[in-house]
Amino acid sequence: MSDQTHIPTGHDLAPGEEEQHSVGERILGYVVGLVLALLLTATSFFIAGTDLVWQPSIPVALIVLAIAQMGVHLVFFLHITTGPDNTNNVLALAFGLLVVFLVVGGTVWIMSHLNGNMPPMDQIMRMRT
Amino acid sequence: MSMTAAVGHAHADPHHIGVVIEHPGPASKRIVTAYGFWVFLLSDIVMFSCFFAAYAVLSGQTAGGPSGAEIFEQRNVAIETVCLLLSSFTCGMASIAADVRNRFWFYFGMAVTCVLGVIFLVIEFREFADLVARGYGPSRSAFLTSFFSLVGCHGLHVSAGVLWLLTMMAQVFAKGFRADVLRRMMCFALFWHALDIIWVGVFSVVYLLGGAP
Repeated sequence: MSDQTHIPTGHDLAPGEEEQHSVGERILGYVVGLVLALLLTATSFFIAGTDLVWQPSIPVALIVLAIAQMGVHLVFFLHITTGPDNTNNVLALAFGLLVVFLVVGGTVWIMSHLNGNMPPMDQIMRMRT
Repeated sequence: MSMTAAVGHAHADPHHIGVVIEHPGPASKRIVTAYGFWVFLLSDIVMFSCFFAAYAVLSGQTAGGPSGAEIFEQRNVAIETVCLLLSSFTCGMASIAADVRNRFWFYFGMAVTCVLGVIFLVIEFREFADLVARGYGPSRSAFLTSFFSLVGCHGLHVSAGVLWLLTMMAQVFAKGFRADVLRRMMCFALFWHALDIIWVGVFSVVYLLGGAP
């Protein structure tokens, strides 16, 4: 076991906590995160108001940019990584994301079908009177 | 808790990652507290997802009232976004300062975070007051109801965060960097970063997608 990597005796990491790093490295991590997040935000605002790209692609682009920025926040600010000492945090996050996608995706899906199957509003109004 | 302590050598390296951990024992209080708070934050995000779902369904139901494109001002939203992003960064700086027990940079980072948070809240409050004054309050249409409840709920969270931030500054002033104060500080940093993540969803979905003509 001589070639085992050295790991300090505390093993799990609390969410938001980093592995052992110097102060300079930690600050650098936040700076990188801030720059990436600012770039992604600027791109989002630029894409939303531009005529340069194919218009129907804009909503998809905005959603992809938003998810990318959330990922940047999770990694650089909340320090949720895929390391072995972060397993519990990632599993909780994965379950949370599952519920979020079920709620949002399921609602949008069902409600769009209900809208599609409902007669127009003025027709309903006429039926009631 | 005792389960972790009872893990024998055979299970010390279940994923064969080459790192053998020798009987770690129960997790420290710092890890348990932060993990519990992380689970709370995830459930808070699930609650927000319900508001997002309601907004996604109702964003077109304007009932003859204004649509998103008519009432949203991109410039204000951009300022709010930059404020919250920078405040997330300074909050990170403050938590590093707390870890190395540096009072000056801790107070400085927290104060900047507080100012940026308050600027965010003022801009948002003025936007809401302006909409209500023009007769576009939450009761005008289903779209406005969902808009006010989603963005207002986030604003309430930021307000609570600012109060919590001031409490943390006062506790460090009165009690110093004690272990329990540092645990609270860690939870606050998690809370503040999570609010920023939710704001990414808000400005993308509500203001940019919902503001498209």
